[in-house]
Amino acid sequence: MQKQNKMQKKLYMTAGYNTISMGTGRKEFNPKKTRPGLEHYISEAGKGVVKQIGGADKIDETVIGNFMAARFNNQAHLGGFAGLIDDKLENKPSLSVEGACASGGLSLISAMRSLLSGTAEVVLSIGVEVQNTVKAIYGADVLAGAGWFQKRKNGHAYFFPGQFSDRAGVYYEKYGYDYARAGMKRWFVNAIENARLDPEAQEHHNVTADLAGLYDKMKPNGRSFVDHLNVLDCSKVSDGASGIIVATEEGLKKLGIEKSQAVEIAGWAQITRNITKDPADMVELTTIKKAAEKALENAGITIDQVGTVETHDCFSIAGVLATEALGLAAKGKGAEYVAAGKTSRNGEMPMNTTGGLIGWGHPTGATGVHQAVTIWQQLTGNAGKAQIKLPENRPYGMTINMGGDDVTVVAIVYKKG
Amino acid sequence: MTYDERLQQVAVLGAAGKMGSGILLLTAVEMADVSLKPENKGKTYVLNAIDLSEEGLAGLMDYLREQVLKIAEKKTVTLRKLYAERADLIENYDIIAQYVNDVLKIVRPTTAMETAYRSNLIFEAVTENKALKVKILKQIDENNPNKPWFFTNTSSVPIHLIEEEAALKGRILGFHFYNPPAVQKLVELIVTEASLPEMQQFANDYAKALRKIVVPSNDKAGFIGNGHFMRDALFGINLAKKLAADRPLYEAIYMVNKLTQDFLVRPMGIFQLIDYVGIDVVQFIMHVMNPHLTDENLHSDLLDQMLKLDVRGGQMSSGAQKDGFLKYEKGAVTAVYDISQQKYIDVTGFSDKCDQQLGALPENHKPWKSAVRLADKDSHFSAYFDAMKKSDNYGAKLAVAYGKNSDAIGRKLVSDGVARNHDDVNTVMLTGFFHAYNPVNNFFA
Repeated sequence: MQKQNKMQKKLYMTAGYNTISMGTGRKEFNPKKTRPGLEHYISEAGKGVVKQIGGADKIDETVIGNFMAARFNNQAHLGGFAGLIDDKLENKPSLSVEGACASGGLSLISAMRSLLSGTAEVVLSIGVEVQNTVKAIYGADVLAGAGWFQKRKNGHAYFFPGQFSDRAGVYYEKYGYDYARAGMKRWFVNAIENARLDPEAQEHHNVTADLAGLYDKMKPNGRSFVDHLNVLDCSKVSDGASGIIVATEEGLKKLGIEKSQAVEIAGWAQITRNITKDPADMVELTTIKKAAEKALENAGITIDQVGTVETHDCFSIAGVLATEALGLAAKGKGAEYVAAGKTSRNGEMPMNTTGGLIGWGHPTGATGVHQAVTIWQQLTGNAGKAQIKLPENRPYGMTINMGGDDVTVVAIVYKKG
Repeated sequence: MTYDERLQQVAVLGAAGKMGSGILLLTAVEMADVSLKPENKGKTYVLNAIDLSEEGLAGLMDYLREQVLKIAEKKTVTLRKLYAERADLIENYDIIAQYVNDVLKIVRPTTAMETAYRSNLIFEAVTENKALKVKILKQIDENNPNKPWFFTNTSSVPIHLIEEEAALKGRILGFHFYNPPAVQKLVELIVTEASLPEMQQFANDYAKALRKIVVPSNDKAGFIGNGHFMRDALFGINLAKKLAADRPLYEAIYMVNKLTQDFLVRPMGIFQLIDYVGIDVVQFIMHVMNPHLTDENLHSDLLDQMLKLDVRGGQMSSGAQKDGFLKYEKGAVTAVYDISQQKYIDVTGFSDKCDQQLGALPENHKPWKSAVRLADKDSHFSAYFDAMKKSDNYGAKLAVAYGKNSDAIGRKLVSDGVARNHDDVNTVMLTGFFHAYNPVNNFFA
């Protein structure tokens, strides 16, 4: 039976744009050479969207999601960069939002709130992060800001890999090391294979023939990195930005964009747990679970009607745990679900079809918007070589964007416009 | 005196030099790690970095800061545990900065040799000159009440001669790092008949702490490394002279260099290696070794002539290669020195002709870069040199003769009592000279 959709107003997304996710893996990347900065990425993503809607005059508001430009780039106050994208965005509302790696998702949510409150019809949502300004060992300090700073002292040098390594360690203990690693390995292989299909993906140039063999060779080593993860289990250090238009039905009309070139927001949820508390259950992403349930409920559908998911795989173990949190696999069965190929692009539930955070890249503050762009591409047939075909009875897409260790979560359900 | 106590007062002589700066870096880091152990809290650690050059010492401190920072960034996981009690050090950034400070505060750059009068342990890395080494060590020992231990980095002078002439009575051993000490894993350890057992124990513990591979060598001039390299180099020089009967010497030098690099699958050809070490250094080491050899004459007129023309090779302070027998552009060989015209001749003018004369490499040839990574090197090189032995190529024949000679040099080091066994010779050449296969082998039999 069809459940009730709880959206008060029809909202849409359209005109998505991604910059390249720049960093190790890309042929153009040379750590010793000067690279484009934060301004370039905001500007490129913004202009990429504006071009598709024939000018910026109909945009009522700009929201920029960003995590740590204040430390990576010594730059705060990002709302002030809207005018850099286009003169016509000046003297209109513009602000930045932050929720660690869910900053991009919060940018979308913030846009939606403006639309729902009636103060705007068309909002430009941007996500951006430029992280290659510091070496990884110092980047780890910056990213640790997504956790509670009181815990930093006793945390790992690589703080977040340390957090998810601990989760992986408990998963190994509970369900078996080889069992878990088989699922995580397949997650990594899928990520790279999907990234190869997207020219903007950081791993687009990856030509390693035997990805699984490479993964097997690199055993986790706590002396140089973390105890339970190798570097292939981790997302990339990336510079990148994404942008998309969030609009009301009226707004879409004003832009003259057909609904077939837009996705409708069917339901959404944004919830946050207490950052000062440790996760209640190390082998469950509880906040993701709650947010996903709420978003599906608001959309009036079940997970069975969803045809593709973009989930926040900052680490391969987070990808595996997400399949459980979304109810695709039972608790402890996620590794098996992934290892069986069910999340691959030809599987039962294609996930992260352009590579996700491990394959496409993870410009932290941009990721939430990038996920929305991918779903928009897939649902409107704009995904190029990465295009998948959604089954008729499962026309929905879904994004899960997570900040910190399952602290801030944005879950959005989309359907073809 | 325990290991930790010994390391409280140390000096490095020639600290701003190529070898000295590396020894200083490794020692400073080891001393800092010892000083940071909880039981050593509050104790003072001093490392005198002694050198005659004020300018060199200023550059040394820049080098140290840069290198220690890199080391700290690589071992931050460990450092976080080391500073676990320091509540004020929270981020990696804080911890790394503190560690760099803790290493650098141990180091006292100075031109005053008198500072070594208080040291317990003295690393000597001054010029390869016995008289100079003896003079300095004697002076320090006479003024130092601690009966210090001396670790000399000499690569050729027999240790017992320094011991006797400086009256050190068992308190010296050869601790021979390879260049650059911070990177090269090999240390040749040379003791005299009188070397104190506890000093030998310390040397092994210290090498282990630095994660070095220790190969003991007997106290014969040149030891294992230079014992092999100098003879191998002389063979190459003489071969070039022989080939020069039918062609200009610069073409012969080009061919022997190519022969040793490509046919014999080495990281660089023999003339490039001579340039890398420095023509002056090679000549000097041969000169130091030669009086101690009874059945051979380790001397090259060609090296003398090159030096007379002030063509020296060696490296710039940036690490870039200076021109010697060969001329380099961005690391690649572009010309060869013609001693008769006293100028470099561009290789493009003659390389094709020379390559043709040498002939093709065996079909199963793999360049050094990939061969060195093979899991089963033995079977690869066995098949490779078999193919070479069957070949009628001029180059193949010369290479087989060269390989045979290199093998014979290795065996002679053992029969002359320099090395304990063939394995030690092979370890030195594999780790110290980055050879891809054992110089003592059965490939050429």
